[in-house]
Amino acid sequence: MLTMLPPLLIDIVGIVAAFLLMFGLWRMSSPVTAPAGIKVAGIGMVAAVAASFLYVFNISPAAHPHLPVNLALAGIALAVGGGLAWWGGRKVAMTAMPQMVALYNGMGGGAAGAIAAMELFGNHARGVTQLGVTLLGAIIGAVSLSGSLIAWAKLQGVLNKPLRIKGQQVINGLVMLATLAVGFYILFIVQSGTVPVLSLQALICLFFGCAMLFGILMTLPIGGADMPVVISIYNAFTGLAVGLEGFVLQTPALMIAGMLVGAAGILLTLLMAKAMNRSVSNVLFTNFGDVVKQKQGAIKGSLKPTAAGDAGIAMRYASSVIIVPGYGLAAAQGQQKLYEFVKLLIAAGVKVRFAVHPVAGRMPGQMDVLLAEAGVPYDLIFQLEDINDDFATTDIVLVIGANDVVNPSARSDKSSPIFGMPILNADKAKQVYVVKRGEGKGYAGIVNPLFYADNCNMVYRDAQAVMAEMIEAVRGLGLSAAA
Amino acid sequence: MTIDGFVALYIFMLAAFAGWVIIGRVPAILHTPLMSGSNFVHGIVVIGGLYALLNASTGLEQGIGFVAVLLGAGNAAGGYAVTDRMLAMFQSSSHQPVHATHKSGAHRRKPTSPKKG
Repeated sequence: MLTMLPPLLIDIVGIVAAFLLMFGLWRMSSPVTAPAGIKVAGIGMVAAVAASFLYVFNISPAAHPHLPVNLALAGIALAVGGGLAWWGGRKVAMTAMPQMVALYNGMGGGAAGAIAAMELFGNHARGVTQLGVTLLGAIIGAVSLSGSLIAWAKLQGVLNKPLRIKGQQVINGLVMLATLAVGFYILFIVQSGTVPVLSLQALICLFFGCAMLFGILMTLPIGGADMPVVISIYNAFTGLAVGLEGFVLQTPALMIAGMLVGAAGILLTLLMAKAMNRSVSNVLFTNFGDVVKQKQGAIKGSLKPTAAGDAGIAMRYASSVIIVPGYGLAAAQGQQKLYEFVKLLIAAGVKVRFAVHPVAGRMPGQMDVLLAEAGVPYDLIFQLEDINDDFATTDIVLVIGANDVVNPSARSDKSSPIFGMPILNADKAKQVYVVKRGEGKGYAGIVNPLFYADNCNMVYRDAQAVMAEMIEAVRGLGLSAAA
Repeated sequence: MTIDGFVALYIFMLAAFAGWVIIGRVPAILHTPLMSGSNFVHGIVVIGGLYALLNASTGLEQGIGFVAVLLGAGNAAGGYAVTDRMLAMFQSSSHQPVHATHKSGAHRRKPTSPKKG
């Protein structure tokens, strides 16, 4: 009786936790309900972790003498791992969010890999299916761990250049084959009981080594602009690995939560790739930076610089303004000043809206978070499909630190590398101001004909300085009129 | 409870479908919190780590189990912390007046506010 109760409790809490996690994500369908949703999911997680200590009542006889040590280790691991990550998550700047998510994601993949390693070293798996699933989960988890760490290093600026070597695809393929071969060999040895060439321990280490090497090699050649897709893929990978290890451990909560995230991550990856007009395999297996060679000269018009103050005053007297923020705004930390300026415009009766492109920022939706952080209410923020038709009837569009997402050659120029990518139709407005740090090209190095168009003026400065000047100019206007 | 091959496949299929439907509903404006939130959800791997660690009987197993719990706990706690922080930032215009007066005192905005039109 006493041994029956704890597993039953664990099962009940597990199913409740799985429900709460799903319900929490379900509540994310609106910014209104989302904050409460994540709290619900958090309660589910805490309950599941607390209930898992009930495992002590049904542990294997071999582990009994080690129970006090194991409990202490579990407590320390939870406190240290959870505490450090919590502290990091509270501290991290919103601009650094992509690398933080990559890091947490790598941790999840590592945890799934470690669980698989324990199953393999302890030879716990029963039957071919379980062993096979363990190995598969191990590969995915290990790739996710090392790949996420490389993604983190790239986003953090530790690794700056995409590393590309000749025959990369072949090498990656061989490493993957080697991983699979070692995996099958382990499967064969354990099932048939034959004496292996190397010890089983060495084989398992080799297996994990190969899988992690593959994760590194696969991520190294991918350029910074494609990192959103990569993070999304590894998020899905970790989910899959967790789900598979959940099957091995016979824990339905892990299976449900893991597979849920796996499917969600794949959907998000596809959405991201679509917004960038690339296929997922194109991101993973071709080197984006290489194809960008465009002949110039087809562009008509000239770059027409203007003063920040003049642009600010023009917007003050416009009736409608759409602002297109890009990563350059965040890099200059100009969001606060921008919103201060927007508040001035709104106070003066100007209709101001923000238009956010799906790939603005270093991960999907990052620009929305950065604007929200500056205090911009979410009802002023519009997504591409909701606002794109309104550009033609808008007086002024202010493009800040964005380039490729407003490049009209994506619509018209078949030779352009971004041809077909959905863009914000900023060029259709009556007047466009582009705030840019200098005359250089964008992140992807593609010439933007919008900048040369008749209805476009350039403001060359750091975004924060430009916003300060615009605020000054509009305020000065109010003062002189009042005097 | 034993979950055999086909039962597992049913669970996986339904969970994958649920994930697809749930995430398809989330607006693009929340895609970053969604990603960190789903990242948090797979932090549930920590309970697998706990199971494995509590059943560890050798030094090696204890070591790996410790790492599993450490990383899993980091995944869960960190994912929650950043998601919660980001979601709290999303305010609507109707909340704004309270927010604005609370934050940026009146002294700076005064000169322009009386002027309208």
